[in-house]
Order: sequence, then structure tokens, then C-alpha cells
Amino acid sequence: MDPIAALGQGLVVALQPMNLLYALIGVLLGTAVGVLPGIGPALTVALLLPVTFKLDPAGSLIMFAGIYYGGMYGGSTTAILINTPGESASLATALEGNKMAKAGRGGPALATAAIGSFVAGTIATVGIVFLAPWLVEVAIKFGPEDYFALMCVAFITVSATFGSSPIRGLTSLFVGLALGLVGIDKLTGQSRLHFGVPELLDGVEITTLAVGLFAVGEALYVASRRHLIQEKIEPVRGSLWMTAQDWARSWKPWLRGTLFGFPIGALPAGGAEIPTFLSYSTERRLTKYPQEFGHGAIEGVAGPEAANNASAAGTLVPLLTLGLPTSATAAMMLAGFQQYGLNPGPLLFAERPDLVWGLIASLFIANAMLLILNLPLVGLWVRLLSIPQPWLYAGILVFATMGTIAAKPSVVELIMLAVFGVMGYLMRRYDYPIAPVVIGLILGPVAEQQLRRALAISLGDPLVLVQSPMSATLLAIAFAALVAPFVMRGLGKFKSDTD
Amino acid sequence: MQSQDRRVDPAGIVVAALLAVLAGLIFYDMTTLTITQTYGVGPKAMPIVVATGLILLAIGNLVLAFRDGFPEREQPAHLPIVLILGGLIAVIALIGIGGGFILAMTILFAATAAAFGRRAILVDLAIGFALGLGTYLMFSKLLSLSLPAGPLERLLGG
Repeated sequence: MDPIAALGQGLVVALQPMNLLYALIGVLLGTAVGVLPGIGPALTVALLLPVTFKLDPAGSLIMFAGIYYGGMYGGSTTAILINTPGESASLATALEGNKMAKAGRGGPALATAAIGSFVAGTIATVGIVFLAPWLVEVAIKFGPEDYFALMCVAFITVSATFGSSPIRGLTSLFVGLALGLVGIDKLTGQSRLHFGVPELLDGVEITTLAVGLFAVGEALYVASRRHLIQEKIEPVRGSLWMTAQDWARSWKPWLRGTLFGFPIGALPAGGAEIPTFLSYSTERRLTKYPQEFGHGAIEGVAGPEAANNASAAGTLVPLLTLGLPTSATAAMMLAGFQQYGLNPGPLLFAERPDLVWGLIASLFIANAMLLILNLPLVGLWVRLLSIPQPWLYAGILVFATMGTIAAKPSVVELIMLAVFGVMGYLMRRYDYPIAPVVIGLILGPVAEQQLRRALAISLGDPLVLVQSPMSATLLAIAFAALVAPFVMRGLGKFKSDTD
Repeated sequence: MQSQDRRVDPAGIVVAALLAVLAGLIFYDMTTLTITQTYGVGPKAMPIVVATGLILLAIGNLVLAFRDGFPEREQPAHLPIVLILGGLIAVIALIGIGGGFILAMTILFAATAAAFGRRAILVDLAIGFALGLGTYLMFSKLLSLSLPAGPLERLLGG
């Protein structure tokens, strides 16, 4: 279908009053959780999954997307004002943004972040409109072996980009894959790894895992290190408005950040860290004011913030067209689709164009709402930061427990929540990335299904995996991505030894 | 390079051991599956792949442990961890014996707040109670989702 016409129909869906309300709730919640430390968009979507189970799918998914976009806006506020970025995507923003706030230029820093996010989010959403139908055309020819190969690429790149070393990332991923094995095998009806516990027959609940790792793990980690860190909120002093010079210095970084963020987000490489840091280093190289970098250069806020939002939009492309999540929040959104029995992919574009295009159209609306929420109303969000930390985390744990028990009212579920919480704490302490566990649990069973389907069609001939040119290429990419870090490190070591 | 002090990190050895145990569990469980698929690979294939991967990663983590591959860590405070986990265990026990959602949340809120350094236990218990009551009412009345009920919840007619 013509993308413009499809988008027009989507707008009709997105502009329905109920869906506008869902979008508004989503962006409000998203901004709030983005601003608050210790709670992010992935956790929020996880908590809302059981609550939204009975609601309209289109509305809930519009709300989830609003949370995703809102989280990206809110995260920058925290990074700029207290220098503790809520998520790794805001790390680069904190570098210059917090310096600007300390120098009394917090207002323009927040403004360039919000406007840059809006520009980037809007351009990137236009990117989705044109890229998604094209990718759907490609994906429609995919066989199960191609999907399996694609998931292998995602597994490897996600583990490699999220962790400090590929072994750590892969360890997290395989723990997730192991958890994904639990429960009844859909093809033969036999149960795996249930150890006689009936609650485990349905498999590990995604909500329980995500909430345990993100909420309980984070609370334990922060509580255990509270005596080590002093946080200071920088008040927003001076004017919120950007001067003409601020505008002149911001618009190019916004566009360049978008150019980094969207393609990298759309590739199944995932992660907003790479584009934000690429953007930061590029702005640092290109700036006319190199002496300001390290002391609060506005380019260092504008670029990474745009890159960060553009990559969030980018991750929606593989999610919607291939059913492939490349970030923790995208993985939770996939779980959101799955709870309504919807499988993102070419078929969903054909069967439920209203839902898919309604979702895409709502992204434009969410972006516009976020610009308004984050510019004139930024003071309101800053006030959220003054919630005392003990009450904040106590509240997070209460909602975490509520979300878990609403998903599946059973004591076994609560025990698993506590166990995953301890696991999340230990993973933070010993520096294992969290997101690959969640992606492993969600994507592992899908990958297994595609593999078995491929091999059943080929009557058990494993060569089918390399006979399709697409699948062979993807598997080669996955293999290269797996081996490259080790080879590069080996070369680096070789060099340093000969020096 | 020779001068670098290479200490072994016990945490890495524990991680490696845990991964190996997990692999063993998956492998053992796999052998108990009896039905196989006619064509292609059956339900045993994925467990074998995952277990093999875990064994390789156990070795990888062992290498990290011997090569300073683990991050430096500060000594954590133990009391907050005990308080939060204690709160969670109290929730599990309370809901297990039918004490209800609201009381469980009251205790969890107060325990977590104490873990983060609050000393006004009565105030926190009151806030936790209000929060538990609020969410319970919202869930049962507005969203008609059921949360575990105890004596208090039955009093509210939930």
C-alpha cells in the first residue's frame, strides 16, 4: 500500500478521542518514569502488561509507544539536572548537559534536548513510514530459516552491544534462553524444566522476570550503595529559552544526531549507546567552540539527545516489520503484542493495517504532546525529583509486587520475583547486562519455533539453513559479529605486546 | 605485562560453577523427554544448544575470573539488602497464609523505606497502608482484576 495513504488511515485511528487519551497517558507516564531514577520505560511497560490485558489492543500499544518516547524525553531531564542518567542512552547527554546546568544554563540545555528530541523523533517517524512498508516487502519472502538466522543476528549483536564484554552479554543472553525453555513445548505437548511445579508449565512470566530484574534488582543495588553516592539536583536557573546563538549551534547537531540514531536503531544491532556517543564525538570534532567542550557545550547536548530519540524510533522498524526487538523496551512492547495474540511482521501489516498504521501515526502525536509537556511544563517534572528516595523506591517495589501478582495470582510468582530480584542485584554488582536476559526469554521460544519449522519443512536437512541466500548471509553476519570482538582484542593484545 | 598482578576473582568461579550447574539441569531434564518429532528436530534440540552454550560460557567466565576480567567493587551495605529481602519474604509469607494484599504492601513499603534510611517507621507504615488500600480499590473496583484477599479485603467487600 502507498505509505502516505496508509498513514492517513492511521491518523484517523490515532485521532480517535480514546486513542488520543491513551497516547496522553503514555507520554505522561513515560516522561515521569524517564525523569525518576530507578524506573524506566521497559519496567513501566512490564508493569502495565497485566493491567492492560483487558483493554483495546490498539489503545494499549499506542500507550506503550508513548511511554517509550516519553522515557527518552524524561531521561534527559534527569541527566542534565542531577548527572545520574537513568539509562545508558542518556550518558552522553549528562557529559555536557550537567555542566551547562551547573553554569546556570540548565534552561537552554533542557530546551535544546526537548526540541532536538522532537525534531529527531519526527524525522525518524517519517523514516518509519517509508522504511517499514519497504522492509515488509522484503520480509514477506522470508522463510522460517531466514527468521531463525535473523534472530541469531539479533541475539549476537544485542549481547555484544549491551555488555562491557561479549562473554558477559552472551552469559546474560543464555540465562534468558534457558528461562525460555521452561514450560510446555508447543509442538509435542511435553513440559520442560518444570520440576513438578504446576505454575511453571506456562513458562516464566515476562512481567515477573522484567520486574524482578529491573525493579527489585535496582532497588537492592541502589540501597546497598546509598552510602557511597551523593546526588545533587541542579536548580533550573535563568531563562528556559534558547538564544539565537543557541539555535544556530543546535540545529545541525540535531540533524546529524538523527542521521546517526535512526539507521543504527533500525539495524538489528540495537542500543542507543553507540549512536549517542558517535554523535557526541562528532559534535566535539566539528564544533567551532572546542574550548567549551567539557564545560557545557550546547552541541554536546543537542546531538546525543537527537540521536537517542531517533534510535528509539528506529528500533520500532525491526519490531513492527520483523517482530525483532533490539532494546529492552522494544522487547516488552513485543510481549504487549503477544498478549493480544498479535505477531508483528508482514502479516500484521496485511491483516491489521488500522492497528499498525494507527500506532505509527500516534508517534507523531506523541512527539507533539511531548514537546509541549517538556518545554513549558518542565518545572513540574523537575519537582518529581524531589520525592524522597526512600518513598520512591518503596513505592516502586509496591507497584512491582502488584504488577507481578496481577499477572498471575500465586505465591510461586512472588518467590520467583524475589529470586529474579537477587539475580538482578548480582548482575548489576558483577557487571552483567540485564537486557539480553529479557530478550532471550522473549525471543528464544520464537527462534526455536522457527528453527524447528524450517527443519520440519526440509525433512530434517540442516543444510536448509545455508541454502537460502538470505539466511546464509545473516548467519555469516552473526558469526562475524560473534568472532570479531575476540579477534580485535587478540590483535590489540598482539600490538601492545610488541610495543 | 609481566609485572601486572593477576589475582583470581572468586565471584567469577562462582558464576562459572552456577552456569555449569544450570547446564547440567537442562541436560538432565532433556533426557527425560520421550516424545520426538517425526521430521526435523524435536523438543530436545534447543535444550542441547542452550546447555552447550552455557558450558562454553562457564569456561569463558572462568577465563575472565583468572584474567582480571571482573570489575572492581566497593563493599556494599548489608543491612538495606536484608531489609528489602526481609520485606519481600514477609509479603510472600503473608499472602501465602491469606493475610491479604493491603497488609503485605504496608510491610513492604515500610521495610523498603527503612532500607533507604528512613527512621519514621509509623509514618511509613501509614503511607504503605494508604498506598496498598488505594491500589487495591483501584484494581478491584475500576479494573476488576483480583488481588489476593485477606480479612481486610473481605471487609471492603472486594
